Amino acid sequence: MPEISEPRPPISFAAKMKRVGHRFSAKPVTKASLAVFLLIVLCALAAPLLSPHDPLEQDIFASLGSPSTAHPLGTDYYGRDIFARLLHGARSSLLIGFAATLSAMILGTAIGLIAGYYGGWVDMIAMQVMDTLLAFPALILGLIVVAMLGPSVTNLMIAIALGALPAFARVARAPTMAAKEREYVQACRTLGYSDARIMGVHILPNIMTDVLVMGSLWLATAIRVEASLAFIGLGIKPPAPSWGGMIREGFETILDSTWLVLWPSLAILLVVFTLNLLGDSLRDVVDPKLRGEV
Amino acid sequence: MYAFIARRLLSAAVTLFGVLTLIFVLVRIVPGDPAQVILGDQASAVAVADLRQRLGLDKPIIVQYGAFLATLARGDFGRSMVTGAPVLGEVAAVLPYTLELAAAALLIGSLIGIPLGIWAAFNRNRAVDYWVRVISLTGLSFPAFTSAILLLLIFAIQLQWFPVISGAGANFGDHIRNLTLPAFNLGIIMAAFIARVARSSMLDVLSQDYVRTAKAKGVPMRAILWRHSLPNALIPIVTVIGLYFGVQIGNSVLTEIVFNRPGLGKLIVGALNQRDYTLLQGMIVIYAFIVVIINLVTDLTYGLIDPRVKYS
Repeated sequence: MPEISEPRPPISFAAKMKRVGHRFSAKPVTKASLAVFLLIVLCALAAPLLSPHDPLEQDIFASLGSPSTAHPLGTDYYGRDIFARLLHGARSSLLIGFAATLSAMILGTAIGLIAGYYGGWVDMIAMQVMDTLLAFPALILGLIVVAMLGPSVTNLMIAIALGALPAFARVARAPTMAAKEREYVQACRTLGYSDARIMGVHILPNIMTDVLVMGSLWLATAIRVEASLAFIGLGIKPPAPSWGGMIREGFETILDSTWLVLWPSLAILLVVFTLNLLGDSLRDVVDPKLRGEV
Repeated sequence: MYAFIARRLLSAAVTLFGVLTLIFVLVRIVPGDPAQVILGDQASAVAVADLRQRLGLDKPIIVQYGAFLATLARGDFGRSMVTGAPVLGEVAAVLPYTLELAAAALLIGSLIGIPLGIWAAFNRNRAVDYWVRVISLTGLSFPAFTSAILLLLIFAIQLQWFPVISGAGANFGDHIRNLTLPAFNLGIIMAAFIARVARSSMLDVLSQDYVRTAKAKGVPMRAILWRHSLPNALIPIVTVIGLYFGVQIGNSVLTEIVFNRPGLGKLIVGALNQRDYTLLQGMIVIYAFIVVIINLVTDLTYGLIDPRVKYS
């Protein structure tokens, strides 16, 4: 019996990624933003090694201290080292951001794939549920979920992931609907492949680049929403440091000590800006039609 | 046309129904007995049982769901657990502040964002374009509370041009002074967003054949901008502004807190801090209502400004 070769889309996933990678590395802005982001992640991972003090260690005599050699960025109301808290705060921000985006990406893509592939009432119900989630502003959805379930890392993650879910479902659904009419998918059907195999092995690689771009842009949003919730008072429980929480505490003594608010604000701005830049250049690379259009 | 409106209305109604169901479920998966949570750990068993009965928590869940929908259908959003006032009244009292802020922000955002985006598009890949892109991306990266605090620090605390706490003004001049900083905070973030959309929308239109034809036959640039490209470029901008409304609501909550300005955002965070669950639930329903209606209006406007949309 002759070998039947597996039906392939016009361009393989590997080839597409290679092309994307090539164009990606050619842009200096992209390289720089990727480098800065990796550096931030590295700093967060190495926080215990890098910080000169324990982020929870109080020293009431050093309350609201100005920057000095012992405390490079000064101290907060309780005399805690701001630099140490900033580094440790990066861990919770990035952890919640990554976990929320990743879970929304996996679940949302699965929903979009299934809705787009099967169509009909499956599609109708799935998209109606997504529309319902879209009716909640991200911050309000996060607010109600965290207020009801209580502020913990897991609940914050769920709250932010719920807001991101519809975006991923939509991004996965449209190209799936187009792909299922293509010859290579019909060939798979003729060969009797299971729906799960067609979706996972043959369609998924083709929509993966779109999903990844959406992921990098949502990571920025997730970090911003986490900080906003913490600022409202729905962040991880104090005294554990988080950037939004630090701004919340600093805001109370803003007239005496501006830097308490400024340092974590700059940290959030740097991370979100870097991620937005990265996501934008990724999108330009993946979608040549939009190239140069930030 | 009418069929389209009817179908769009139906879909909005289904979404609203889904929203209400989700809220009902969310409120009821709170760990522990809501009556106990409301009254606190110190409450007597009798008081808890009494409240359970008053809130209808002793009835089967499906009956509770029916009662929940029925009271909402009558326009009854419940009463605040703290003040005892109707939720709708509490919301109506502060709604004008939030609407005023949203309108002012929309005005500022459009007036800055649209010209900036178009200017960048006409100067594609030149210095102007580069700066507009960097500045708008920076604007988008600001969490609304961070930018609000910066504005407060610079213009209210350092320069003292504007009041630190922006409530209702005694006269019209004061009122505008109170509104300026919060409106600019929201407006600038919105302008950053609109500028990006306006730029890419304009670039899209400028690459069309009819624009090339207009250039070729010697139509002046001014006419190409006003007559040929702007009307078409505006269509996606309107849609995107509608979709942006959800983000805008979140940002206005943060802005109201920083500037200590009355409004929906301050009300909902106050309800949160006081554990006023009925007010919280009512407000979330109202927020969802607003978003669904804005989306509906955006969709319908889209058809109005773009005659090519056939409402099929």
